[in-house]
Order: sequence, then C-alpha cells, then structure tokens
Amino acid sequence: MEQKQDGPSGGGLSHSTAEAIASVCIFAIGVVMIVSNYRIGAGWASDGPQSGYFPLRIGVILCLASLAVLFRSVFGKQRDRGIFVTWQKLRPVLLVLLPTAVFVLAIKFIGIYVASTLFIAAFMRVMDKSIWWKILLVSIGVNVLLFWMFEIQFKVPLPKGPLEALLGY
Amino acid sequence: MRLTMFKSFNKFCLRPLSGALLLCAIAAPALADWEPTKTVEIIVPAGAGGAADQMARTIQGIVVKHQLMKQPMMVINKSGSSGAEGIMDVKDAKGDPHKLMAAFSAIYTLPVAVNLPFNWRDLNPVAMIALDEFLLWVNAETPYKTPKEYLAAVKAAPPDTFKMGGTGSKREDQIITVALDKVAGTKFTYIPYKSGAEAATQLVGKHIESNVNNPSENIAQWRAGEVRALCVFSAQHMVYKDKITADQSWADIPTCKESGVDVEYQMLRGFFIPGGTTKEQVAYYVDLLKKVTATADWKEYISKQALKDVFLTGPEFVKFLEKDEAFNTKLMNEAGFAHKE
Amino acid sequence: MNELDALFHGFAIALTWYNIGMMVIGIVLGIIIGVLPGLGGPNGVAILLPLTFTMPPTSAIIMLSCIYWGSLFAGAITSVLFNIPGETHSVATTFDGYPLAQQGRAGEALTASFTGSFFGALVAVLLITFLAPLVAKFALKFGPPEFFAVFLLTFCSFVGTGKDPFKSIISMMLGFGLAAIGMDIVSGELRMTFGWSELLRGIDFLVVVIGLFGLGEILFSMEDGLAFEGKSAKINTKVVLETWKKLPKYWLTLIRSAAIGCWMGITPGGATAASFMGYGIAKRFSPDGDKFGTGQLEGVIAPETAAHASGTAALLPMLALGIPGSATAAVLLGGLMIWGLQPGPLLFVEQKEFVWGLIASMYLSNIAGLIIVLSTVPLFAAILRIPFAIIAPVIIVVCAIGAYTVHGAMLDIWFMLLFGIAGYVLKKLDYPLAPLVLSLVLGDRAEVAFRQTMMGSKGGLGVFWSNWLVGTITTLALVMLFWPVLAFAWRKLRRSQNGAAGSTT
Repeated sequence: MEQKQDGPSGGGLSHSTAEAIASVCIFAIGVVMIVSNYRIGAGWASDGPQSGYFPLRIGVILCLASLAVLFRSVFGKQRDRGIFVTWQKLRPVLLVLLPTAVFVLAIKFIGIYVASTLFIAAFMRVMDKSIWWKILLVSIGVNVLLFWMFEIQFKVPLPKGPLEALLGY
Repeated sequence: MRLTMFKSFNKFCLRPLSGALLLCAIAAPALADWEPTKTVEIIVPAGAGGAADQMARTIQGIVVKHQLMKQPMMVINKSGSSGAEGIMDVKDAKGDPHKLMAAFSAIYTLPVAVNLPFNWRDLNPVAMIALDEFLLWVNAETPYKTPKEYLAAVKAAPPDTFKMGGTGSKREDQIITVALDKVAGTKFTYIPYKSGAEAATQLVGKHIESNVNNPSENIAQWRAGEVRALCVFSAQHMVYKDKITADQSWADIPTCKESGVDVEYQMLRGFFIPGGTTKEQVAYYVDLLKKVTATADWKEYISKQALKDVFLTGPEFVKFLEKDEAFNTKLMNEAGFAHKE
Repeated sequence: MNELDALFHGFAIALTWYNIGMMVIGIVLGIIIGVLPGLGGPNGVAILLPLTFTMPPTSAIIMLSCIYWGSLFAGAITSVLFNIPGETHSVATTFDGYPLAQQGRAGEALTASFTGSFFGALVAVLLITFLAPLVAKFALKFGPPEFFAVFLLTFCSFVGTGKDPFKSIISMMLGFGLAAIGMDIVSGELRMTFGWSELLRGIDFLVVVIGLFGLGEILFSMEDGLAFEGKSAKINTKVVLETWKKLPKYWLTLIRSAAIGCWMGITPGGATAASFMGYGIAKRFSPDGDKFGTGQLEGVIAPETAAHASGTAALLPMLALGIPGSATAAVLLGGLMIWGLQPGPLLFVEQKEFVWGLIASMYLSNIAGLIIVLSTVPLFAAILRIPFAIIAPVIIVVCAIGAYTVHGAMLDIWFMLLFGIAGYVLKKLDYPLAPLVLSLVLGDRAEVAFRQTMMGSKGGLGVFWSNWLVGTITTLALVMLFWPVLAFAWRKLRRSQNGAAGSTT
C-alpha cells in the first residue's frame, strides 16, 4: 500500500497505533477474566460447568481476538496510518468530556441539581455565548422541572447536597 | 395550620446538626420521641414481585392508607447478587434512620456462602413480624400422597434422577433439600431458579419433580389443583382453617415430622435499620410496625399468604436472631455451603 | 363466540369515564417514564402501585397497565432523537432510528415506530382474547433446555452480520464478560467482584447503554463542532399520513415481528430479546437487509413491533397461569395479590369481570396510546430544532440521572462516563456495539439456562434434541447461524443444476 502522506501534522496518534493500544487494553481485560475465574473453578464438574467455566473461556477468546487485531494493526498490510484524531477534532471532544467529569465529581458534593444547573449554564456560556437570561432560564428551568418530577412526583431520590438540605429535603 | 407548622418545625430541627437538635430538644421538651424527617426507604434485598417485595409494598400501602406516618414511604429493590447489594447498602448507611431493611434468612446465609463482610449485628434490629413456612410440593399428576411414599420413590430410583427446584443457590431452599437428603437418605438433584414463581411454574410443567416453596409462592397452583402439598417443615400445623382447595386447608397439611421426616425450617420476616441509630429511632419503627400489624388489612394479608403471625421485638428478637443464626450457620456448614478460599 | 360475549362485557366495564380517565393518566405517565432513561416500566409501575390500593382493582390494573403501554410506546422516542434508548427494549430501535433522525426524518421514524408498536400490541391482544388458555399451556412446556434454545436462536438470528469478524467477537465477548459480574445464581458464588461491594449489583445493562450510546454519541458528534447535522426536520402533521402510506409495503416484517414478539412474550424471553430477534431476522430476510443500519424504516418497525407485541403478550401467562412474563408483569402480579385477587389458573374463572375488563382496556388503551403518542410526534421532532449548545448539556444531565436511578448508585454515573469514553473510542475504531449489548442482556440468562440444563441432564448435550420443541428451536438456531453458508450452497447448487440443465438442452 502506498503511504498516505497526509502527515502527522502536529503529531497526532495514528489510527493503527490507537487500534494497537485498544487491543492491548482488551487483552488485559481478557487476562483479568482468566485469572479471576480460574480461582473460583473453571472446570466441567459432574453437574455441568462450574461458575468460572464460561467467563474463563470468554477471557481466552478475548485474548486471542485482541491479539489478532493487534497483529493486524502492527504488521497488517492494510493498516490505516491516517491520524486517529487530530488535535483540532479532539479539542471540542475534550471540551465536553472534561467538564462532564467535573460535573460528575461535583454531584457528590453539591448534589445533582445544583451541579447540573452550573453545568448547563457553563456549557451554554462557553459553547454558545448565549445571553444571560436564556442561560438562567434553561439551566434553572430544567432543574426545577427535574426536581419536581423526580423528588416530588415519582419520589425517586437523587443525590442531593447542602442546598436541598437547607430547603428541607 | 398548627399541624403544618409543627411539621416544618420538626423538619427544621431534626437536620443532622447535632447541636441544633439538642437545642430543639430543649426548646420543645414534648418532642422527646423521634420521627422521620424525610422519605423513608424500605430496602428490599430481593427482586420486584417476590415475597419480600410484596410484603414491603403491602406495608407501604397500609401506612399510606391509614396515614400512620407523616413522611412518605417508598420501596426500593436492591436485588443484586441474591440481595447482597441491598444488605451492604443498609450496612453502609450507618446512622441513617430513614432506611428500613426487609430481612429474611439471607442475612445469615449470604455471609457464610460468599464471605460477605456482614453480620446482622452491624444493623439495629427492629422487629420480626412474621415467620414464613416451607412445604414439600409435588406435581398433582404424580401418585405420591405422603412424604414417605415420595421419598421412598426417590430413594428407590438411581441417585440424581429426581430434580428438586428452588430459589437460588446455597440458600434456604437448598438447605432444606440437603437436610431432606440427609434424613431420608435420598439424593436429589437441586436446580436453582431465579425466583419461587419460576420454581412453581417449572413444577407444573414437570421440568422438576418437587419444590420446597413458601405457601405464597405455590398457592395459585395449589388452588388450581396442579400441585399437591405433602407436608410442612414446621413443628406444628399451620393455623389457617379456610378451605383453599376443594378439600384441604393449610391447617390440614401434616407436618413433615409427624410423617416421619424430621426436618424443620422456618424463615423470619423482619425489619432492621442501619447501625449507629438511636433507641428512639428503633422505638419509632417498632411502634409503626405494631400499628401496621394491628390493622385488618395486615391480618388479611398474612392469612392469604399463610404466614405465621409472630411479633418479636427488643431482647426477644435478638435472642431469636442469635438462635436462628446458629441454626442456619450449622446447616450451611453441614451442607458444605460455606465459602472456601 | 364465548370470548366475544365476554369481551363486550369487558368493554362495558372498561368504558366508564373514571376508567378512561385512569387510562389517559396512565399513558401520559408511562410516556414520561419511558422517555427518561433509567426509569422503566417495572419501576414506574412499582412506584405507583401503592397509590392504587384504594382503587377498585379493575381501575387500578387499567391505570398500571397503561403506564406499561405508555412506556413501551415511548422508549423509542429518545432512541430515535438522541441515540439514547429510554428503555432496554428500544436499543435495537437506535440502529436505524437514529440514522433516520440524522437525515432529518425523525418524524417518519417515530411514526413508523409507534404504528409498528400498535400493530404488535393489537396482534398480541387478539391472541390473548381468543387463544389465552390454549397458548398458556404452551408456556408450561418451557424448561431450561427450551429457554436456552430460545436464547441461542436470538443470538444466532442476530449474529454473523458484522464486517470485521474479530471485532464482532471482541465486542460480543466484552458483553458476556460484563454480564458475568456479580453473583452466579447457579452456584451462588461471586464472580469478578474483586472483593468490592459496589460490584455486587453487577454492571447494569442500562448504565452501559446510556454511556456507550448516549454519551458516546455526543462525544462523537462534538468532533465536527457544534452541529447535529441535517437534523432540522420539516415538521408537520402530514408526516404521519405520508409515513402510513409507506407502511403497507412492510406487511411481512410487521407480521413476522408481531409473531416473534408474541412468542417471546409468552415464553418469558422478554421484550428486549424479542426486539433484537425481530431486528436480526428482518435484516436477514429483507431485500433491503444490506442497508439496515443506515436509516431504514423497516429497521425501526421490526424491533418496535416485536417489543410491543412481546410486552403485551407477557400479560397472557400472567393472567392465565400466574407466571410473570416480564419484569413489569411480575410487579403487576404482586399488585393483584395486594388488591386481594389471587392470580393463577383460576383467575379467568373466578374474576371474569376483572380479566375481561383488563383485556378490553388493552384494546382501548392502545388506541388511546397511539393517538396520544402520534400527536406528540411534532413536539418531539421540534426538540431537534433546539440549538445543540442547549440540548447537549441537558442530554448529559439526563444521562447521569438515568444511570443513577437504575440502582441509586453514584458509582454508576462514573461507569456511564467510562462507557461513554469507551463508546467514543470503539466507535472510532469501527467496533460494532450491537453484539456487546445483545450479549450483555442475554448472556447471563443464557448461561443460567444452559447450566440448569446440564444439571438436569448430567452434562449430556443430547438434551437439546430430546423433544420436538427444543429440537426444533435448536435446529432453527443452527440454521440461522449457518444461514449465509447455507444460502451460498443453495445458490451454488441451483446454479450448477441450471448449468447442467442448460448444457443438456
């Protein structure tokens, strides 16, 4: 195959490297499955397979299949040397992913309603440069609606923080 | 008006801040007893629709209907890993008086079977409100009329020919099966199912030869004449005398012991709140459950489910738990179900 | 004609203003529950069960069953619009529904899915009305080997269509692996919990799906900036009529899926399994099968029809035998006892009014449900006009809530995030996700059925051909598995025969 010389501009991960990394991860999962299920017994007892029988074999299949993918991505003739994801494309993805992670972390401390109000507001502010009243309307409105639905109507408790405690919930 | 004020006052006072709580206690000396300040969750360590779940939802219904509690009550199923999920959830909620766990014998058997870091002493026992019976059932189309006949047939057949179905593995149903094997010298193949309902259906469909379901799990099939009750694993006959089938009531079923099969097993149905809670909090729930069990709705429920009406609380309940735990642990060890490393 | 009399009597019972009011309330609640991922039919019904204790039983079950119908209808809505299955049985609907929405055809996809659902429900209700006792007997024939054979058939009808066999295998095995976490009910032992009590609950299917599909999709679409492209659908009421004109073309798929659904509902295989099987079989036998996954109406109709037929048919064993055919049916069954009715084989005899009132209400409420959901099509399609910067964070919040409500566990939100990242990476690397989802749903059930079978047969595999029923299903499954090979061989044989015939003349 002729080399695709779009070039790793700015040094991105190549597609085949990403493939290789993923297959190594999957291989590791397979190994964990094999080891953990071997311990609880993975044979075929007199009354049929033991509890580790299937998971162990699934682990083995995972390892074999991931090796095949790994082999292909490293030595395969048709391996894709193109960029897996350019920095330009990864940036907006991270711009969503990282705040989401912060949001999930914040749920534990300030409750899901406050955290998501802030999250929605920040998202709209950064991504869309929306006007402030629109931001307030959407972020607070959505959460009041959710609160009314889950806590009051369906009585499904969601994680709550100090603000809700102050309001008596 | 006064009532709502009182309620909001109560709510405000009993927030977790202990200083404020003390203050309120001084400010309102009449308010010595504790009361829930938010929604109370009944944690059911079993799936929706099962016996423990039905009982929890019945209690919830009675509480709502008779307005026994100001705060709402809701039932949450945490059935992961045979209920270990729910049990650990309540254990981890140390000091939270708004969780009430519906308990059954899994509180002893699970820690033994899977090495769960749990003991019922981690929780605060509230009360036992009933005992559930177990019976030996066969398909009505088979010729066996007494447990003796049936067990003789099992014994005469090559080992592992007869299949006994039950709920889950290394739990009450399998314990009884192993005890039966030991006493009668039989060799059943035990097939674990997800629920008692499944074991009941499988018996009617003749995929298994017998099961040891609770009354509530098999009553529908029994009334329809599809299964036959051979004996009850209890010291005395059951008390309900109303005819369920054409010619039999629960009370007419012989005990296994008097039929020459000396196996007894009953299962508690009780409630716990998390450890680290106060006496007043326990007292509140004891009182609540007393009120619930005094209603006609509850009496009707336990007679329909053929539960044994027992109410134990305080030291008597603890004594029962200790004895019952020892009994279950012994059976688990004898059956070889204890966790091995 | 006994049934017809009873049915008309049932209509008389169901058609009171009070009951119709209950019906509408139930359906609207069901739609809300169905739209919210995490809250499904079973917990929706369970949550509202205590409210019904003071109602007459017939009204109570009408309302609760309507919640169920509403959630069956509505599960498709978020699947189509955002690639987030609102219910477990609407995962297969995302495969073609979401691409349709991306092409600006969300209105069509929703209409097709609702109409298909309605058709499936109708077939199942007709079955319940006229054949209940007969069909119920059939359900009793299902023991462990039969269950395993049915699961095998589901796998085989779905699998074998991926582009890259290694990646399909990996995806499927990951699903099996996730399904195995938690307690193995056959041996009562814990597997792969690594001494961590948070893992005792296992990793729920919905958490994985919300992450892989919902969050993963948002991350993926972020790559190209801030646009859900080409989604600003033209929305008017005409879209319903236009879609209806196209539907008769798919009569075979409709009937096939309805039949699969009824079958899976009666033998408790469940709506989720039914939807996958419906999709898989339609893909295999439709002339447009190759185009499935790119936005085919047929690919939306097939799983939805099967799911709703199965959900409805699941009430049949519940009414006739007292066996819950689905999780929701199990909760309803508990409700029956609390209302003072004794479910089981005698219910049809002793509680005629109740049973036929319920059956009659199933006709009425599905019609009412169809009208209600169809009238919401423009509303839901309009959601897509909201700018992405507003809708994206709201979706993420709803995903987090959905993941939390499944078990009330904070860790599940982290898992959702993790699976969101995994979904993004796997999608970029062209791993198919459908096999993962399928094996995650059915993996442990299939394993349990297999091992129960082995306990009974002492390890002999011959039991899968031990009677005509299990033998037929197993054979059918193998035929499905090797269908591409068989079809190829058949064509080759035909050609060579034709060739031979041609040469002699």
